[in-house]
Amino acid sequence: MANLKDIRRRIKSVNNTAQITKAMQMVAAAKMKKAQDQALAGREYADKLNLVLTNLKSNMEGLAHPYLEVREEGKHLVLVISTDKGLCGGINTNLLKKVRLEVTDEADYSTVGKKLREQLIKADKTIVEDFTLEDPISFDEVKPIAKHLADQYLNGTYNKVSVSFTNFVSTLVQEPHVSQLLPVDPSKLAEKRDYEGVGKDAVNETDTAAALEKEYSFEPDAKSVLNALLPQYITFQVYQMVVEARASEHSARMVAMKAATDNADDLAKDLKLEYNKLRQAAITAELLEITTAMKALE
Amino acid sequence: MIKLNIVTPEKKVFSGDVADVYLPTETGEIGVLETHTAMVTPLVPGELRYAMEGKVYPLAIGSGFAEVDQESITVLTDMAVTADEIDETKAEKQKNEALKALENLDHVEDAEEIAHLQATIGRSTAQLKIKRG
Repeated sequence: MANLKDIRRRIKSVNNTAQITKAMQMVAAAKMKKAQDQALAGREYADKLNLVLTNLKSNMEGLAHPYLEVREEGKHLVLVISTDKGLCGGINTNLLKKVRLEVTDEADYSTVGKKLREQLIKADKTIVEDFTLEDPISFDEVKPIAKHLADQYLNGTYNKVSVSFTNFVSTLVQEPHVSQLLPVDPSKLAEKRDYEGVGKDAVNETDTAAALEKEYSFEPDAKSVLNALLPQYITFQVYQMVVEARASEHSARMVAMKAATDNADDLAKDLKLEYNKLRQAAITAELLEITTAMKALE
Repeated sequence: MIKLNIVTPEKKVFSGDVADVYLPTETGEIGVLETHTAMVTPLVPGELRYAMEGKVYPLAIGSGFAEVDQESITVLTDMAVTADEIDETKAEKQKNEALKALENLDHVEDAEEIAHLQATIGRSTAQLKIKRG
């Protein structure tokens, strides 16, 4: 029975696929947990940094810093954070769509992650750099990237630096984002952003109010504090975005792989049903033949 | 007693009540005791010390800043390691490699690289100093 054999072969192959996707799902789940914890660990740092910046902002009138300077000349640089590996649902596609939508001017691109770099090359965009990051990400790895972006801005090559990444909202929801890194917009400086930690937390009004009430003295003065703080703020922003993107990647992959496993299981079930039906039919046909033969001999 | 929090982007390194804290700043070391006036100051790579139950604990920290108010001090830094966690040979190696790399660089062209190396040297020197007491 060629047909039965075919179905048996298909069942086997579907089961194999299910096994692989199941394994990938578990790996992604473990990595997701780590990446989410990492994004959470940055929370405390973000909160404190925000508190100080909020306070500093009110003292910042008349303070100048190259990072705050809005310039006319120069190009736009976009850092696109995608994934190195595929099989992670639509997060790369969605991010690319978002970038196409938001970045309308002639921009240069830097990339983290292979997937969108390939896409951007195909779309004839100028890629100036490509960075690779380990998994899990360490803060030390991100520092040179942030420094490089800031330097490119400072030396006048670019007048605006943006970062596009996938923001982690929950295991099931990830949002593509394009946000401006440089120049730092003072009005947004101390604003609590939802990618500063896992999930969306309401802005804690009382905290912000309390922060503003504190009368800090800045040692040695507000200007040097700002000078020391802004580069750290930039580095931390980049770090947090990369960590968010990583958490999104693993979550999306886990969800995609879970869907694939479920699909494969469904398919295997259907195939098994069909196989059993065919097997029954074959037995019935055989019995019928034997009985007919017996009847004929009687 | 004053509450000390040491936080890096990756984790919370220390949180607890301490008697006093010494911080490395641009203008030299400063000591912070209870009821210190509210203050924000940048930190440079070096040695942070705090006293708890009569013992002094040193930590190697990277650059960052400290936020001080009446009851608490929060130290935000990109690196914070205790003496136990410091790998002496690794720190030594990092320092030597950075020093060697620094010699071969052109001071005008590679300003960026030099700044990076100097930061590495600062961090590894701080670690070595703490490890060797």
